Amino acid sequence: MTSNAFIAFQKNEETRCIVEAIVDDNPAAVVVDQPAMVKVDVPGRLVIKRATVEEKMGRDFDLQELQLHLITISGHLDESDDEFTLSWEA
Amino acid sequence: MDMKVSKKLGLKERYTMMTRDLAWDTTFQPMDKVFPQVGYEGIKIHDWNAWEDPFRLTMDAYWKYQAEKERKLYAILDAFNQNNGHLSVTDARYINVLKLFLGSTPPLELMAARGFSMVARQMVGAGPRVACMMQSVDEYRHFQTQIHSISNYNRFYNGLDEFAHQQSRMWYLSDGKSFFDDAITAGPFEFMVAIGFAFEYVLTNILFVPFISGAAYNGDMAAMTVGFSAQSDEARHMTLGLECIKFMLEQDPDNLPIVQRWIDKWTWRGTRKLASVGMMMDYMLPKRIMSFKEAWEIYFEQNGTALFTDLARYGVKVPKCFDQTIEEKEHITHQSWIGFYMKPDATPFHTWMPQPEELDWLSEKYPNTFDTYYRPVYEHWIAQEKAGKRFNNKTQPMNCQVCVSTIKFNEPGDPMEMCFRETVYKGEKFHFCSDHCREIFEDEPEKYVQTFISSHAALQGKCEPEGTDVNAHDYRPGARMHAYWRMDKRASGDFNGSEDQKNFAKWRAQATQN
Repeated sequence: MTSNAFIAFQKNEETRCIVEAIVDDNPAAVVVDQPAMVKVDVPGRLVIKRATVEEKMGRDFDLQELQLHLITISGHLDESDDEFTLSWEA
Repeated sequence: MDMKVSKKLGLKERYTMMTRDLAWDTTFQPMDKVFPQVGYEGIKIHDWNAWEDPFRLTMDAYWKYQAEKERKLYAILDAFNQNNGHLSVTDARYINVLKLFLGSTPPLELMAARGFSMVARQMVGAGPRVACMMQSVDEYRHFQTQIHSISNYNRFYNGLDEFAHQQSRMWYLSDGKSFFDDAITAGPFEFMVAIGFAFEYVLTNILFVPFISGAAYNGDMAAMTVGFSAQSDEARHMTLGLECIKFMLEQDPDNLPIVQRWIDKWTWRGTRKLASVGMMMDYMLPKRIMSFKEAWEIYFEQNGTALFTDLARYGVKVPKCFDQTIEEKEHITHQSWIGFYMKPDATPFHTWMPQPEELDWLSEKYPNTFDTYYRPVYEHWIAQEKAGKRFNNKTQPMNCQVCVSTIKFNEPGDPMEMCFRETVYKGEKFHFCSDHCREIFEDEPEKYVQTFISSHAALQGKCEPEGTDVNAHDYRPGARMHAYWRMDKRASGDFNGSEDQKNFAKWRAQATQN
């Protein structure tokens, strides 16, 4: 069974856009709503694309802004200017 | 005039220039003399440049984002305090979970800050040194923000003001203290596994995620903002711990058995420390959102399995204690609450018997164990309390020589039997809560014979308030523990009938009437 990579954010207006972007870019994403927070599970590999987040927010977005809302992550992280990726080797 | 616009550097280039390119090798003294600690534990590193912090956070970006986090946090804290927010929590029992959480955690954050500033000095590579320095500053921030969060509650409720004094002296605070004492007195790589892996990956994922999510739905915006703000740093910390483990395993195959032993040891120590966090979720949040068992399954079993499946490519095995922790997830929170309830005079927070609907919630969440083993205990105690005989165990607890938890957990495979182990070292007998703790002791006995256990030391006359004459003819060891602890009597005892309970009811009535 493929392990889930996941990310959790505080629930707010910015993360609503980020979660929408994740759902668009990761067809297997499962969004788990919890009190005050939201967690997104994706089997194997979860990617957040800057361009998609910018489209949802209607403004420029630096992926390092994720730091402000992050609660927890699972998976090996790779971060560039355009993509923030969490993945597990099966 | 033509302006030539130079392209902004990419994240990877920026990170390289702002960390590794700013570092240098020493020439007046050889590097191994300047950084001796990295060699003591037997870990072999051939190329420090192979380490790369995956977050690629440079110092300038770090300050920018941390400042923004602080502004958000204090805006919420101010609003909460200005709004009399403490009266909007679900009920006054909730305050006691803060006394336990915020009374035990800040000193541990401070220890983590010290530990990471030491490791930042001891590591050779620029990448880990910068990441450790950031983590040290983070931990100091958590220490401060948690105390700021307590201070508002401290104006209204009893038992919050002596946490710093009690940290080294109070029986139930010793498990956390010993965890950090053990880590900080190890070498830099073991410290990274202890805190970066076990504490961040196993523990804070439960404490700062489902527990804080629960605090939010109990109306405590102050704990919520402090907890989530801290946890936003923890994602970076977990990544650092994981990176360190991968780095050691990739550098030399000889590192594997050392790393495996640390993973086994610290996963177990983290699990033991979690019993009281789980208890906070199952018993102390009046509005529950998730049981400890459910949280454990998501954040440790599934998430831990993902990690260990991944690390299997380096030869790492699932920690030895894994199966035992799965069995124990059905028991430890109940055993912990029973342990605290039975000692009403020995904690600066209140305990109580669960209400009928709370017993039903526990039955539903723990169908395999609660009705069989724990409900009958509570029903007996509820009847005793009604008869005016609230249970009160006045003896000193016995603590494990390694994890310093009170010895109270069950024998694996037999919930009706208490697990107890002992070993003899240099003619002296030592006691343990489990096989895992005994094994940790036997690996490094000279370290663990030094563990300070206040409930044992008290019987030797070593825990007395100043001015006590231990040679007086009427001296009784441990008779003045309350003074030694600086215990506020108003803060102890059962919740029912407490001053906090009365004040909260009175103030809430004042807040809704004229």
